[in-house]
Amino acid sequence: QMEILKYRRSTCTVEKQYVGFATLPNQVHRKSVKKGFDFTLMVAGESGMGKSTLVNSLFLTDLYKDRKLLNAEERINQTVEIIKHTVDIEEKGVKLKLTIVDTPGFGDAVNNNECWKPITDYIDQQFEQYFRDESGLNRKNIQDNRVHCCLYFIPPFGHGLRPVDVEFMKALHEKVNIIPLIAKADCLTPNEIKKLKDRIREEIDKFGIKVYQFPECDSDEDEEFKQLDKELKECTPFAVIGSNTVVEARGQRVRGRLYPWGIVEVENQSHCDFVKLRNMLIRSHMHDLKDVTCDVHYENYRAQCIQEMTSKLAQDNRMESPIPILPLSTPDVDTEKLIKMKDEELKRMQEMLNKMQQQMHEKDQ
Amino acid sequence: KLTSCNFISNFYSRLMTYIFHMSSIINEKRNLSLGGHVGFDSLPDQLVSKSVTQGFCFNILCVGETGIGKSTLMNTLFNTMFENEEASHYQNGVYLRPRTYDLQESNVHLKLTIVDTVGFGDQINKEDSYKPIVDYIDTQFENYLQEELKIKRSLFNYHDTRIHICLYFIAPTGHSLKSLDLVTMKKLDSKVNIIPIIAKADTISKSELHKFKIKIMSELVSNGVQIYQFPTDDEAVSEINASMNAHLPFAVVGSVEEVKVGNKTVRARQYPWGVVQVENESHCDFVKLREMLIRVNMEDLREQTHARHYELYRRCKLEEMGFKDTDPDSQPFSLQETYEAKRKEFLGDLQRKEEEMRQMFVNKVKETEAELKEKERELHDKFEQLKRMHQEEKRKVEEKRRDLEEEMNAFNRKKVAAETLSLSQPLKKDKDKKK
Repeated sequence: QMEILKYRRSTCTVEKQYVGFATLPNQVHRKSVKKGFDFTLMVAGESGMGKSTLVNSLFLTDLYKDRKLLNAEERINQTVEIIKHTVDIEEKGVKLKLTIVDTPGFGDAVNNNECWKPITDYIDQQFEQYFRDESGLNRKNIQDNRVHCCLYFIPPFGHGLRPVDVEFMKALHEKVNIIPLIAKADCLTPNEIKKLKDRIREEIDKFGIKVYQFPECDSDEDEEFKQLDKELKECTPFAVIGSNTVVEARGQRVRGRLYPWGIVEVENQSHCDFVKLRNMLIRSHMHDLKDVTCDVHYENYRAQCIQEMTSKLAQDNRMESPIPILPLSTPDVDTEKLIKMKDEELKRMQEMLNKMQQQMHEKDQ
Repeated sequence: KLTSCNFISNFYSRLMTYIFHMSSIINEKRNLSLGGHVGFDSLPDQLVSKSVTQGFCFNILCVGETGIGKSTLMNTLFNTMFENEEASHYQNGVYLRPRTYDLQESNVHLKLTIVDTVGFGDQINKEDSYKPIVDYIDTQFENYLQEELKIKRSLFNYHDTRIHICLYFIAPTGHSLKSLDLVTMKKLDSKVNIIPIIAKADTISKSELHKFKIKIMSELVSNGVQIYQFPTDDEAVSEINASMNAHLPFAVVGSVEEVKVGNKTVRARQYPWGVVQVENESHCDFVKLREMLIRVNMEDLREQTHARHYELYRRCKLEEMGFKDTDPDSQPFSLQETYEAKRKEFLGDLQRKEEEMRQMFVNKVKETEAELKEKERELHDKFEQLKRMHQEEKRKVEEKRRDLEEEMNAFNRKKVAAETLSLSQPLKKDKDKKK
């Protein structure tokens, strides 16, 4: 980020006169500081995975002061709630409006069928709200409540992903940037962490889950940067530890966990990937997460929405649409039907294929 | 007179003493002191030597989510590597996998069965997860009951598969029990001895552990879950058992890997920030668990299983079958009478069923017969009809034939007439010519 403050003299061969648009990055920087930033982060996972502790550790604050936790009995039939915490934080003149979206109750009940539905509904609602606002006449003060990133906490106690993990990520991977994390990583030795990470990456591939991909770094970046980038990518999913307490370790006061056999330091890179996560999430990729949300997930939603609307209009035989969009050449109803039929056929064939794959996989096991 | 009075009073007093003496024999045990060493103090030893020759059997059920450390803990407890493949998270349901091993320590043989719950906690809908576990426990009780009720039974060499202890593995979330844990333990507490343990406890710090244990125990108590209490009635072990009861649930760490600590090699888990030693009591409660489970209370667990849980099962089962201990007049039933009554009832039932079936059969036959008759009649009608039609046709054809014959005759006559006429005509002409 320091680099955008540097500018080079233009090496235009025709005129050696300095034009000055090289200051654009500075201007962008200045305006953005004035405007301030906003970021919406969702955390999801079963109760007791350390989500709140990690959020507190990430943003060095205490967002969950007076939280009430439910008993086991109360959670037998618990439904998933959506709770938003919004805080304004500032660092070196840069203001950030941070919204944390909590999902208490996820995966806690005895019957967790479709427990991700309230979460997908919430994300869709935010998209819908933005869509409406964007299509409205007065667009001066649009509030962007869209979820930019979802941290999904995978328990470290198992051998890999569980069915509920797979179903959740598949339901959300086309609506939000998912970053899977291995929670409470202090119960795994370095070998065990490596094994679990490999297994999870394998299963993510196998089940076709599209998690957030770091953008490729430019080919003209220096080797060191490229190496760091490569290491970062091979380190996923990050194995994290969080802490609400400060302990004394190696003569310093750090966030950590005190055990009879040693002290786990949250910010020690040989203890866990917390620092990598923080750097990635906050220091280098926060804006990219926002961009992917706007350019990919939101656009998908918007296109789908419009398509549904226009096909509905074509069925009702109306030509004016309630939102300002370019009129598409709507295919006539018959070709529409044909396309739908073919789509359904394709879907069915895909399902059959999946079933056969599943059967073969079970046979292998 | 005086001597006779004396005699009578003496007699009376001796009689009274005698009566008192006899009544004390009838109502109280007398403690006699021995004049020398008899030797029956060897009875416990005889019992021990007999049971050692017979061998012991012990059955452990491990309930917990996939990957929570059940197999590793068993390996650590019994200091051996039981074969185990890693379980998958994608089972459709829960199933129980019992494995039996023969272990020996000194001259004591142990037939150890470890039952694993495969797939527990993995399904999205876990409402039925407890059922296979309850069914398995009941089946073992049922098998024992069947053996007990046999006429020719051999209980002394029966392989007892009843579960003596259920180790329930709680995930170390640090908050409280999971909803599944509560539901499952409630279903199991009247069928098996439960010892709850906190698995993978090296992820909980000391202060968090204290709060976690208190929360778990209070949740169990407030939901009426009965876990196994280490017995405090036997003086020899009451003190240690009482203190251990206060440490429940045990926070355990399991490991089969060995790490060098100082100048010793111990079983431990090596982290970048330190080494967690399995047998270090300030690191975890593994030693306490081993002490309680194996070294002190194993026999009590077997007893409790037989005397409490099995008896409850047996009583419920027999009551279901209709047996009672006392009849409505509160006179003890004889088993024989009950058997007779049951047998009569059963035979009566059989007879009734037979009658029903016979009746049903008769009805069916009647029905079928009636149907057949109906069909016959229909066929007959049809046949008659066809016959009539046939007759009608025949008659018509006959008529036509007669008509045709008549026509033919008429034609023939005409023909003959015409011929005769033509024959006579040329003669006349000839005659005319000759004239």
